[in-house]
Amino acid sequence: MPRLRTLEIMVGAFMAAGFLALFFLAMEVSNLSADVGGEGYRLQARFENVGSLKVRAPVTIAGVRVGRVEAIDFDPQRFEALVTLRIDPRYRQIPEDTIASIFTAGLLGEQYVSLSAGGSEVNLGDGGLLEQTQSALVLEQMIGQFLFKKAEEG
Amino acid sequence: MVGKPRQIMFESLARLGHLGLHALARIGRGHLLLLAILGGSASLAARPRLLLAQIYNIGVLSVLIIVVSGLFVGMVLSLQGHYVLSQFGAAESLGVMVAASLVRELGPVVTALLVAGRAGSALTAEIGLMKATEQLSGLEMMAVDPVKRILTPRFFGGLVSMPLLAALFSAVGVMGGYFVGVGLLGVDEGAFWSQMQNKIDFREDIVNGVIKSLVFGWVVTWIALFEGHDATPTSEGVSRATTRTVVHSALAVLGLDFVLTALMFGD
Repeated sequence: MPRLRTLEIMVGAFMAAGFLALFFLAMEVSNLSADVGGEGYRLQARFENVGSLKVRAPVTIAGVRVGRVEAIDFDPQRFEALVTLRIDPRYRQIPEDTIASIFTAGLLGEQYVSLSAGGSEVNLGDGGLLEQTQSALVLEQMIGQFLFKKAEEG
Repeated sequence: MVGKPRQIMFESLARLGHLGLHALARIGRGHLLLLAILGGSASLAARPRLLLAQIYNIGVLSVLIIVVSGLFVGMVLSLQGHYVLSQFGAAESLGVMVAASLVRELGPVVTALLVAGRAGSALTAEIGLMKATEQLSGLEMMAVDPVKRILTPRFFGGLVSMPLLAALFSAVGVMGGYFVGVGLLGVDEGAFWSQMQNKIDFREDIVNGVIKSLVFGWVVTWIALFEGHDATPTSEGVSRATTRTVVHSALAVLGLDFVLTALMFGD
């Protein structure tokens, strides 16, 4: 057993290293740093079909991530999905005629919400509703339409 | 001659009952010892130096084996994960795979197994020998409670050290996976980190991993201390107790890991 002073230094270094490792896991490995937290403002969009969109999926404009999907609810009156998006407060200027679409990253990738900015002068504020939306593409429907078309042609 | 089968039946029933009672008595003694250990926590707070020495014994001295194992486990995970993922064209998800398996499972579990082997066995042998050489009775003669003086600091030393060691293991493992995945196999660096940050949740993955390693730290040190305290005070008894510590800790860790995983991640 080393002397008390050395002992204290070694234990201190060990505990510092342990907490540093935890900090590294929290900030670099997990989404804690990427989380917008309580900041940002919310936009809402109605979709006929959200496919397999999940909460926390990215929201992008021109491929750049500007926020995350905060909640996905079902609207029982209109039989539509109500998706709440949380947008980073740095991106305030989102025109009111922006179109929200659900795309898939790659062939098997995750689904995300893509916003394509409109030309309106008026910007959406907190709680604004994106009127124009495009639902997720469901593979079975696409194949069904394709077969239907083929059958019509032949 | 008629009574013989009946005699055999009673004999085997008695043996079974003896085994059951013996196991129950051990469980009971284990819990009583745990209560006594926890009861000493107030007096430990008055003498933090005892805890310091035990964090050194259990934590600091285990750092080398933890860091080296973590590095190699992360590197191997990266190699094997890349082999499978690249067949699906999803090599960019390598970071997620490495980090998730380390933070959720391998970090807490392998750390607990290594600590049981390196520090748990040492604890059992130390306390068993103290008992065999009547040092514990000696303490009692001097009106010092051996549980408070000897066992409580070791228990809390293990409890504090385990999550820190597991965090070190996971962090070093992620770095090892990064070196092999990005440096050796040419996975895109940005995708490696960003996919990882997208998929690994702080509350869901990291905090659950820390909770797991806290539970393992509790169980492994408890088993080690109980086996030492309960050992037959002979050299053979101490050696048996040390073996039991490693075996029982490993079984307890693996079994508890399944239960905890089912509770935490099984929806």
